[in-house]
Amino acid sequence: MWAEALRFLSLADANVRHVLLGSMLLAGTTGVVGCFTFLRKRSLVGDAISHAALPGVCLAYLLFGSKEPHVLLLGAIAAGWMGAISIDLIRNYSPLKEDSAIAIVLTVFFGAGICLLTLIQGAGNASQAGLDKFLFGQAASLMARDVWALGMLSLILCGVVTLAFKEFKVLAFDPDFARALGLRASTFEILLTTLLVAAIAIGLQMVGVVLMAALLITPAAAARQWTDRLPRMLILAGGFGSAAGAVGAFASSLAPRMPTGPWIVVTVTLFFVVSLLFAPRRGVLAQALRTLRGRTVVASENLITTLYRLGEHARDFSRPWPLESILRYRRLAAPKALGILSQLEREGYVRGEGDRWILTQTGFQMAERIIRRHRLWELYLTEQVKLPVEKVHQDAEEIEHWLTQAQEDELEVILSSPTTDPHTHPIPPASRGREGEV
Amino acid sequence: MNSSFWILLTACLVAVTCGLVGTFLVLRRMVLMGDAISHAVLPGLVGGFLLSGSRDPLVMLLGAGAVGVLTAWLTEWVHRSGRVDTGASMGVVFTFLFALGVILVSAFAGQIDLDPDCVLYGEIAYVAYDTVLWGERDLGPRAVWLLGGALLFNLFLIVAFYKQLKICAFDPELAESLGIRTATYHYLLMIATAITTVAAFESVGAILVVAMLVVPPATALLLTQRLSGVLILASLIGCLSAGLGYSLASAADCSIAGAMAVAAGVLFLLTFLFSPRHGLVTRAWFRQRSLLAEE
Repeated sequence: MWAEALRFLSLADANVRHVLLGSMLLAGTTGVVGCFTFLRKRSLVGDAISHAALPGVCLAYLLFGSKEPHVLLLGAIAAGWMGAISIDLIRNYSPLKEDSAIAIVLTVFFGAGICLLTLIQGAGNASQAGLDKFLFGQAASLMARDVWALGMLSLILCGVVTLAFKEFKVLAFDPDFARALGLRASTFEILLTTLLVAAIAIGLQMVGVVLMAALLITPAAAARQWTDRLPRMLILAGGFGSAAGAVGAFASSLAPRMPTGPWIVVTVTLFFVVSLLFAPRRGVLAQALRTLRGRTVVASENLITTLYRLGEHARDFSRPWPLESILRYRRLAAPKALGILSQLEREGYVRGEGDRWILTQTGFQMAERIIRRHRLWELYLTEQVKLPVEKVHQDAEEIEHWLTQAQEDELEVILSSPTTDPHTHPIPPASRGREGEV
Repeated sequence: MNSSFWILLTACLVAVTCGLVGTFLVLRRMVLMGDAISHAVLPGLVGGFLLSGSRDPLVMLLGAGAVGVLTAWLTEWVHRSGRVDTGASMGVVFTFLFALGVILVSAFAGQIDLDPDCVLYGEIAYVAYDTVLWGERDLGPRAVWLLGGALLFNLFLIVAFYKQLKICAFDPELAESLGIRTATYHYLLMIATAITTVAAFESVGAILVVAMLVVPPATALLLTQRLSGVLILASLIGCLSAGLGYSLASAADCSIAGAMAVAAGVLFLLTFLFSPRHGLVTRAWFRQRSLLAEE
């Protein structure tokens, strides 16, 4: 195994170089093109097209009796295009939905392809024609001129994407808007579909019919986790694709008869999983952290308002309160409440006096602001939304933590500076405590 | 019994079993889940094979069924937590599992008598030779038994929960408001899909399974509006496709599963063009006639 790894890494063997370069070029290019189908939520159309290309390959072979790559490629492109058009026809001219259209085209075209393939095999020359490699792909058989062809195609595709970037962008995000702009949407749609079909047709003989879809979808899905901007997404998807191409080529070189395509797919899926878990903002981990932080904010703010309500009820804000009084208002485990209280003490919102707690000046201002928002909202719900008084507290309890200063000001205007809430509690004035916004 | 009989019987069983589940998948826009599951079971089959060391159908079935449910669940998870649309998340999941399967097959090539080709287009031509033995007696092909079981399961499901499945298919919101647990029926349908796929695909391959899941029900939906009608018609069209496909395959000497998919496609195309209500040509003709009448 070490010998194979060394042989690969030294890049001395021409075949190794071809496989490595070919995989990187292909997976990078399909990563870029796949972004557009991904954003248009038509990822599986790519899957259908790659299945649909098979009968084209076989027919081209039968008609021209040649296994020249460009002849087979043209067949694949023609059939792939027919598949794409069939999907649109079924979707537009029948009550069937897109997923059915995709599945119908995929299976029927592929069935036809299998028929033709077995027909050619029956004549005893499919393996000579090398047609069976279209099913599962065969990157190992790449030759110098294949790599050149791939390189040319990548250049053309990237060039077209750069030149037509603005149009493709509108098409990807808002096709209706594109049409409304009078943009020749159909022209660019045709261009985009042509790019897709061409990329698929080229990739088929390397990774095969089934796994082609992964090279289109997975890099785009991984890149989407990291950014909201299309140019960055395209570059990232291209990068993920070529990196996976390189790793896949390496992994498959370690054992004899190990296919390259599946390794590329497994690697790029690994990239996707890492992105899904660890991407900033959209990642699963980042989301969990955000939820946790939100819960902590809510719990601390609830303790602060509880101390305020206790003082309000006793008409004495200068009295410290024991934990039991606080817990009578808030259902919370005592150790957890103590933990939050000491955190709040460190931040300067409350002060401990023996085993009792009192709001500091800052804490008091903060409590006033939250209570004010709470009561303004209650008033808004009863007066404007006409909800019954006994139903508004729960809602205000949730939203008090998330209302912004601007929304508070707006409520103030709508309700024309009220002084009491629907439960006839006073609404604290807005003058103090604007700083220290959480 | 000759092998043509068994092949046709198997294909018709596949057609009816798939047609029943497929109708609901088409209505609920979940057809591609069938496609995804049928590809994703490959690593399950390999895993089952490696663990048991034999082609014991029960182990293989369990392995494949587990991966089928896993596919449905993973797709949902990626869709939710990655905020990726269902199509893309399905694509990510099933291609990964299929790739894993191909790698496993290559890695254990010496030990596994399993061909990825077989997963794609099956070996329906040989169903007659893989029979179940009960002591000395030959009880007929294994595929027929497996598919018969799956068919009974699907029939039971549809008869027992017809009303609930119907409402869930046409109006999930109404179903929710009536107190029907749509999630339960969603997973029930997924389990039925997994069982159908797994039972069918070892003998006929993924491609025919998916073809039978979607093409006959889609054709039937263009012809009739009643759910019971669609179910019956889908089964009949499936059987017709099987018959036509078989004759095509015998005449042209090509893959039986492929030919059956093509036959189903041809029937769909004819319906798409000439269906009384939705046909492309029919509608054009009616429009033409009403224009003439106006003049």
